[in-house]
Formats: sequence, structure tokens, C-alpha cells
Amino acid sequence: MEILMAFVIGILFMSATYLMLSKSLLRIIVGTGLLSHGAHLLILTMGGLKRGSAPLLGEHADNYTDPLPQALILTAIVISFGVTAFFLVLAYRAYQELGTDNVEEMKGTEPND
Amino acid sequence: MTNLIVLPILIPLLTGAILIFLNKKIVAQRIVAVFSSILTMIAALFIVQKVHNEGIQSLNISSWEAPFGITLVSDMLSALLILTTSIIAFCCLLYSFKSIGEEREKHYYYSVFNFLLVGVNGAFTTGDIFNLFVFFEVMLMSSYVLLVLGGTKIQLRESIKYLLVNVISSALFVIAVAFLYSVVGTLTMAHISERVSQISADGMPGILTVIAVMFLIVFGLKGAIFPLYFWMPGSYYAPPAPVLALFGALLTKVGVYSITRTYTLFFYHDKGFAFQLLSILAILSIVVGVIGAIAYWDVKKIIIYNIIVAVGVILYGVSVMNPASIKGAVYYLIHDMIIKAALFFLVGIIINLTGSANLKKMSGLIGRYPGVGWTFFIASLALAGIPPLSGFVGKLLIVQGGFEGKSFFGAAIVLMSSLLVLFSVMKIFINGFWGQNQTYEGEEKAPVKWLLIAPVILVAISALYGVNSEAILPYIAQAADTLVDPQIYIEAVLKE
Amino acid sequence: MKKTNNIILETSLKALLFFIVLYSVYIFTAGHYYPGGGFIGGLMTAGAIVLLLITYDIKTVQRILPVNYRIITAIGLLLAIGTSASSLLFHVPFLTHRFTHVELPVLGEISLHTATLFDLGVYFVVVGVTMTIIQTIGEDE
Repeated sequence: MEILMAFVIGILFMSATYLMLSKSLLRIIVGTGLLSHGAHLLILTMGGLKRGSAPLLGEHADNYTDPLPQALILTAIVISFGVTAFFLVLAYRAYQELGTDNVEEMKGTEPND
Repeated sequence: MTNLIVLPILIPLLTGAILIFLNKKIVAQRIVAVFSSILTMIAALFIVQKVHNEGIQSLNISSWEAPFGITLVSDMLSALLILTTSIIAFCCLLYSFKSIGEEREKHYYYSVFNFLLVGVNGAFTTGDIFNLFVFFEVMLMSSYVLLVLGGTKIQLRESIKYLLVNVISSALFVIAVAFLYSVVGTLTMAHISERVSQISADGMPGILTVIAVMFLIVFGLKGAIFPLYFWMPGSYYAPPAPVLALFGALLTKVGVYSITRTYTLFFYHDKGFAFQLLSILAILSIVVGVIGAIAYWDVKKIIIYNIIVAVGVILYGVSVMNPASIKGAVYYLIHDMIIKAALFFLVGIIINLTGSANLKKMSGLIGRYPGVGWTFFIASLALAGIPPLSGFVGKLLIVQGGFEGKSFFGAAIVLMSSLLVLFSVMKIFINGFWGQNQTYEGEEKAPVKWLLIAPVILVAISALYGVNSEAILPYIAQAADTLVDPQIYIEAVLKE
Repeated sequence: MKKTNNIILETSLKALLFFIVLYSVYIFTAGHYYPGGGFIGGLMTAGAIVLLLITYDIKTVQRILPVNYRIITAIGLLLAIGTSASSLLFHVPFLTHRFTHVELPVLGEISLHTATLFDLGVYFVVVGVTMTIIQTIGEDE
């Protein structure tokens, strides 16, 4: 299962990198979304995959699932939800104001000296 | 009081929430914001004194015992940094009143300002690696808003780049934490340190070195060290002076603090690779920063590149990792926060007066604004480290540590950088303040007297910090002791 | 905005909306012992309002629900901070929570948690923030 997850995470990171290297702002945002999905899956996998038992059953339970990675993922998901939403609004405002969603055209134009 | 160390996080958080209700009443907002920043300052003073008298303070949030729950830890380093942060925040508020503009004030400027402080103070206080990530995000979210507030073209453009860089680095942070968790199985920093020493009894395993480098990349992106500083000159150029001062003085220093914390607490077994890498990158940061600072003729850019120099100097001190150099690094870190804020305020005044950031378009300001001129002069001397001002003691200790650690090349670079830093800021002084007396459009409207209050307070604090270094050094030494000997930190948190 | 002919959506919405809101309240109160809580509940409520927005337009929805979502966010924040800060009064570590079991006439045994108040704050924040974001994008045509 861990091997399979490793491939899934790898594919997610790969697609994220590909999307973030493109010029369209919207693709970049989708790319950042995929990147954080990959990172969340990575936490889950790194915590060890188990199934079929409750998180914590007292001090002497012989089998339990680690609840921490899930708590971490929930936190990370909420944060990436907020950031992605903000990014979308920002991209929209920038599109209105600058008239383009092509990052090529967003290079600094101020004279540097 | 049990909850003393949570106050510097709680007060700004509460203020930020209350200020949302007052968004149309600017005067009320200002009063509440100043009042809360004074309260935070008092709380920070109490924490410093308490840590000085009773040692490291820790608080188990939600009453979960130390390795299981989230722990807030206030050692001397974080207490001092919180105190510095609250002083700078207070000055920044004073400066904002007459320079940020009503439009921004109505659009939740003070609210977001306070949320930024929550993030910064939280990052300084937390004793849990994942909680550090959360506070980083609080801080970054607020910084995105502050950066884009006002919505001019350059701000929108630079915000997108800044946001993208930080989203990627946040993802890397999560990945690094995931790796670390799979190796040590805990998130409390003190506990991680303990577990890392257990598994590195005979040399640190390779995977931990990889994690160390990942952390260096994550925090280096925030702290703008050598190959990762590329986003900074552009992004920091966009916002107005008070926001710039806040970013330059606080945000990069949070990155530096995190590197210091993780490297001295987790990865101190790996002197061979991780610390060597840190040292090389720190020296390269100094070199690149100095080149940028000398090359540009733009007052904002010059000071922005000086941030990179300072980050390099501090991290060089950390990488040498002996008592003298760590003491120097802590001393210099606090000095640099104060003086960078003062310099950005002064540069803001200059731009406000002349309407341009280009040095070639300004001259002769000292004739009509002697106050601005001399404050800038003293601030420049302090930045370069001329005795008896505050930069001197810090650099002296770092160089001394470098010589003791047989790292002569790095120490020499630090020494030489002082000279070139002095040159870069004197360029502003000579071209901006001396020479032909000119008049500029709209210069009468600039509220120079009011704006000058904040930098004068900060420069005075910096001068006192330097002159009274005898009295302050015990505090610094206490902070350095914890960094040099992680055992103190572990015992205080896990209460073994 | 031009009136569009989405009669199916409008009719089904009238029935569905209450179920969605009701279910979101259930999800919210189910939290702590079962899957659920303020975040999911808040998102679901926001989802219901968004459905309303899709069916009608922003002005109509503003007339039906005349609330400023930023204020909702602030109220939620204050509620969450207030609950967590109340631990300061009792000299226990920050965010420590208390709970008790009570016997109610019809509902039977129920556990009451101070964490619910905190979660209510989260609920308001999520509704407020989500709606603010969607309104910001949706507002200008």
C-alpha cells in the first residue's frame, strides 16, 4: 500500500510541477492545489497506513491507529483551502487590473536604478 | 500567572478581531491598536523578567502533558524577540497613522497588522514543529493581505510572485515535517531533539541530514538566504514604508529564528554537513547582499539588500556554533530588527519628501531636515557596527566566535562586509542629504515631524542597547546558553 | 441581471435548502464524538447559501439574508477567542476545556462541552470567510 501511495504522491507532485511551470495563472493555482494534496497524502503515508482499529484505546491497547497525521492533514487542508481561495481572488483582481493572466507579462518593468 | 506566555499571542488576536467591527471608525481603531500594542509590550517585559529569574517557561495548551499536546515554550531568545517585536510594532503603528492613508485604514489595515503579530509572536513562542507551520501560515496570510492592500499594479503583480513562492515553501514545510514525523514519531520540539540524539548516537543518519537541508530550504526562503533570496528585492519593493519596515524587520527574522531553533535543537549532531552548508550559504548571502547594496542607486533596494547581508551575518554566527558566536548572533539579531525598522522608516520619509526612491534625483535634504539627516546618520553607523552603537558588540562577538572556531575566512568576510555596508548607506547620506539644496513637489505636505518620532525612538533604543551592553549581556548569555546546550531546553519542557 | 428560466433548480431548492441547512446543523452538533464539527458544518451552510446564490442573484440573496459576512467572521473569531481565553480566569492552561453530562427530559443523557462554543466560533468564521470570498469574486460583473 505504501508503495502505491508513493507513486500517487509522485504523480501528484509531477503534475503540480508541470502545471506551475506553465504561463497561465489559473494553471499555476491548480498546480499549487495539487502540490498541497500531494503533501497531505505524504503526511498520511508517513504516519504509517493501518486500518481497522480506533485511534486510541487506553494505555494498554494492543492495536491502534495513529490519530496525529489525520489531525495534521485537517489543519493543512484548512490552511491550503484558505490560501487557494485567497490566491484565486488575487489572480482575479490582478487579471482585472493588469489585463492579463500570463505571468510572462507580469515581469517587473520599473527601472532598477 | 499560568497563562503569561500566551498573552503576546492572545492580545493581538483579540485586538484584530475587535478591530474588524470598527473598520469605519479610524480614530477608534488607532486608539485600540496602540493600547493593545502597549499591553503586549508590558506582557513581553514581564515574560523576559520571569524567564530571567525562573528559567524557561512552558505552557501545555489544553492541559495535555508535554510530548502529547502542543506546548508553548518561552526561553530567553523567544522572550527577547517578542519584546523587540512588540516595540517595533508600537513604532510602526505610530508611523502608520500619518503615512498609510485612510483608504487602507478603512480596509482592515490595523486588523491584519495585529494578525501578523499573532503569527510572528506565535512562531517565536511555539514549542511544536507543526504549530510553527500553523503560525507561519497565519503570518504569511496576513503578509499577503498587507502586501496587496491598496491594490496598485505593482503590488498585485509582486503579490502573486510572493504568494506562489510561499505556497511552494509551505508545501515543502509540510513535506519536511512529514519526513521528520516518520523518523522520530513526535512533533514536540524538545521531544524531537531527544529522539534525534538517541538515533544519532554514532553519527546522524542520512535521512536526518536530508530533513535538515529541507528545513534550511523552507526557512531560508522566508529568511532570504543566498540562493533563495531572489523573490525578496521585487516583493519588498512594492508595499508602503510601514509595511516594508514590518516585513524587513520581522518576517525575514522569523525565518532566521526558525533556522537557529531547528539547527541548534535538532541537527547539532551533524556539524560535518548541515552546519557546513549553512556556513557557506551564510557567507555567500553576505557577499551577494553587499554587492546588491552597493550596486543599486535606489534607496529602498539598498536597504533591502542590507537585509540579506544581516541574515548572512547572523546565520554565520549560528553556523560556527560556539558560545561566543551564538551570543553574537542573538545580540545581532535583535539589533538588526530594531535598526532595519528604523532605516525603513527613514527611507520612507525620504521617499515621502522627494517623491522618488532614486538617489540621483535627490540632494541637499539636510539643510531643511537636519533631524532626518542626523537620525539617518546614526542609524547608518549602528547598522555598520561602529562602536559604541549596538551593531558593534554583536559583530565583535560573532567575529570572536569565528576566530575561536578556526573559521578565519568567514570572520574576515563578516569584517569586510561592515565596511561595504557602511559605504552603501553612506551613499544614501552623501547623495541624498549633502549637495545642492533642491525643493520638491508636495514636500510641505509630508508630516515629517510626526513620522520622525518612530525612527528616533528606535535609534535611541539601538544606541542604549549598544551603550548598555554590559547590563544586557547576561540576558543574551542566558539565551545563548539554551541554544548551545539543548539539554536545558529539553528538561524545561519535558520536566524530567 | 436577466431572468433565466431555471424552474427546476428553483423548485427543488425550496425543498432542498432546509434539508441542507438542517443537516449542516446536525453535522455541527455531532462533532467531537462522531465525524463532524464546526468546519464541515460551516462549509455545508455556506454551500447552501451558494446554492441560493446560483439559483437567484446576489441582490436577491442580499435581500433574503441581509447580513455582512465580515461581521459574522468577526463574531465567530470573538466567540472562539473568548471561549479559549476564559481559561485565563480559571488559572488553567490556555484552551483547556471542560465538559459535563446532564440528564434531559426528552433527549436523555447529553454531554455538554465548552469546546462546542469554540466550535460555534469556527462555524461562524467558516461561513463568514467562505461567503466573503465568493461574494468578492461574484460581485462585479
